Amino acid sequence: MQKSLKKYFPVFALPTVAAFCVSFLIPFVMGLYLSFCKFTTIKKVSFVGIKNFVAIFADEGFLNALWFTVKFTVVSVITINVLAFVLAYILTRGLKGTNLFRTTFFTPNLIGGIVLGYIWQIIINGVLKYFDVTITYSAKYGFWGLVILMNWQLIGYMMIIYIAGIQNIPKDLIDSAAVDGAGRLKTLTNVTIPMVMPSVTICLFLTLTNSFKLFDQNYALTDGAPNGETQMLALNIFKSFYNTSGSKGTGQAKAVIFFLIVGVIAFIQLVATRNKEVEN
Amino acid sequence: MKILKKVAAAAIAASLAFTLCACSSSGGNAKEGSVYWLNFKPEIAAQVKKAAQSFTEQTGISCTVKTAASGEYEQTLTSEMAKDNAPTLFNVNGPVGLKNWQDYCYDLTESELYENLSDKSLALKGSDGAVYGVPNTVEAYGIIYNNAIMNKYFSSEKKKTKYSSVSEINNFTALEEVVEDMTAMKDYLGIKGVFANTSMSAGNQWRWQTHLANMPFYYEFKQENPQQSTVLTGLKSAQVKFSYADSFKNIFDLYINNSTTQPKLLGSKSVDDSMAEFALGQCAMVQNGNWAWGQISGVKGNTVKKEDVAFMPIYTGIEGEESQGICIGTENYFAVNNSADEDDIAATMEFLNWLFNSETGKKYVVNEFGFIAPFKTFSEKESPADPLAKSALDWMNREGVSSVEWTFACFPSETFKDDFGGALLKYVQGQSDWDSVVKAVKDSWAKQYKLVNG
Repeated sequence: MQKSLKKYFPVFALPTVAAFCVSFLIPFVMGLYLSFCKFTTIKKVSFVGIKNFVAIFADEGFLNALWFTVKFTVVSVITINVLAFVLAYILTRGLKGTNLFRTTFFTPNLIGGIVLGYIWQIIINGVLKYFDVTITYSAKYGFWGLVILMNWQLIGYMMIIYIAGIQNIPKDLIDSAAVDGAGRLKTLTNVTIPMVMPSVTICLFLTLTNSFKLFDQNYALTDGAPNGETQMLALNIFKSFYNTSGSKGTGQAKAVIFFLIVGVIAFIQLVATRNKEVEN
Repeated sequence: MKILKKVAAAAIAASLAFTLCACSSSGGNAKEGSVYWLNFKPEIAAQVKKAAQSFTEQTGISCTVKTAASGEYEQTLTSEMAKDNAPTLFNVNGPVGLKNWQDYCYDLTESELYENLSDKSLALKGSDGAVYGVPNTVEAYGIIYNNAIMNKYFSSEKKKTKYSSVSEINNFTALEEVVEDMTAMKDYLGIKGVFANTSMSAGNQWRWQTHLANMPFYYEFKQENPQQSTVLTGLKSAQVKFSYADSFKNIFDLYINNSTTQPKLLGSKSVDDSMAEFALGQCAMVQNGNWAWGQISGVKGNTVKKEDVAFMPIYTGIEGEESQGICIGTENYFAVNNSADEDDIAATMEFLNWLFNSETGKKYVVNEFGFIAPFKTFSEKESPADPLAKSALDWMNREGVSSVEWTFACFPSETFKDDFGGALLKYVQGQSDWDSVVKAVKDSWAKQYKLVNG
């Protein structure tokens, strides 16, 4: 068995490895190289050294976008996870209509980001109309608009993961906690939450990276208005890639930095929450 | 023996045919090549396809057309050009676009297309003096008005101005008086506002940060160097004074204060909304170009009559503007991909000649695309029949009136335009004063110029 596994390993792994190389590894390495180049299309490139990276830090647009992204990520990671957990907790109590509610909360996740962005733009503008303004009036509106949108979209998905986690808690653990005289709150903090830490790891990872990399929703909802104040990193990169001629290299360099930031944050988060997981 | 004869005859015929088509073009062999046109104008996507089909039917050369979605041309072009089957024919939007794409443009100096251009100065030249882009259409924009509503005003007894027809409006003061009086009478005129909304939502600000912004910069660069094209002067300006900012403010304030929509709500409006308002007769004027006719006539339930629609120049309160015409120019330059196969380049040239020289091709250009083609091969009769194109031609040929160049071709980047638009948005929403708009424009120009020119 072991032997034949070893023998056939390349056969089974090859398609995936090949696909991974073609669609991820090779473009990634090319992207790294391109961040040191000046180019219009990837067919004709000229090497310029670290000039692109220097240009980034002269651009306050990028730093503003970074700060906006960080603020957005912090707020949305907290709200999404808290709300998703609360919903999951309620919907595992065996209430009537649980399945209906679970389905309903999950549905928004099936709609694409661009569509959601435009739909919420109409909704929010419709509400703000009563105050004689639009979502572009102030960066605050755009910020909270994005937070609401992301919550609406992601809560259902995270809720499903939390539900799976909660349902996996062995019944005897809860029972013995009850026997020991733990109340509902004590059970929640001392049994349920530690036992769903694996779900927390996944959910934090997903919301953190999704919020940090957010593009479609940002593009459709505000497109950075007013004055680029609601521009997140991905949108900023996109715009410097296409909207200023000759700055594709700078855009590429921004993308590399962006990758490093997301990578480091995700790694720290994984290590930190892994430590809190309880072995079953 | 018989068979041998037949074979020989066939061979001779074949070689004859081969030499025949080989003569028709220099360099590559057009019959062997194919054309791939990446079209810039989504509004004529279907018509362009039809033209390509009929070209293939007539010449046997295959011709593919792909149309980029509105506002997505640069993205589509970048990814298509990186492919092995790159477009052979593409669009460059002017000198700033050429900076990006010059390495990919075929030298058109010797081409028949350039030879046929009615005004050679229209062509797009690179820093080395060679021709890299040839305009395929000339476009015009100004203030489009609905004469039915204007006449209702002029014939009313309640009006307080001395003017009695649109032709008497020939400067900003007159325009302002008429517009403000019309606003006071808007219930009588049956309109919601004199101007259609000043659309300020994302992607819909180009009428202001590009087209209207053209006016102050045209005058600024003209003052700086009256001999030279304002585009060239602009391209060399590392900084701008924005000395005609006040005249921009004049007209912009007039737009937003006499509009169908109150200023704070403009952030959600699109160009489509504006054109619909105009088509439905809810307003009397809208700033746009001759390409907008399709949009106006396409609105369901539109009340605007063909014969009532015409252009008026954008008056901004500059001295001597009585002789100012509408804005005439283009940002549609054909460029041929120099890294394409020689055969494909030959085929593309063949296609361009067919489009602008042959009877069938010209019919497509004029009747289907609605282009005002800037070539000698087009007679006066061969011009589009839509009212805005007619009005544009009328303004171009008017005695004693000089058209305004499309100076905005020299704006350093899209980001500059976005910054300008963003500042205007804050201004219309009452969050910042006019001085900060002026400052934003100057700062952004300097910054973007540095970024682009290194």
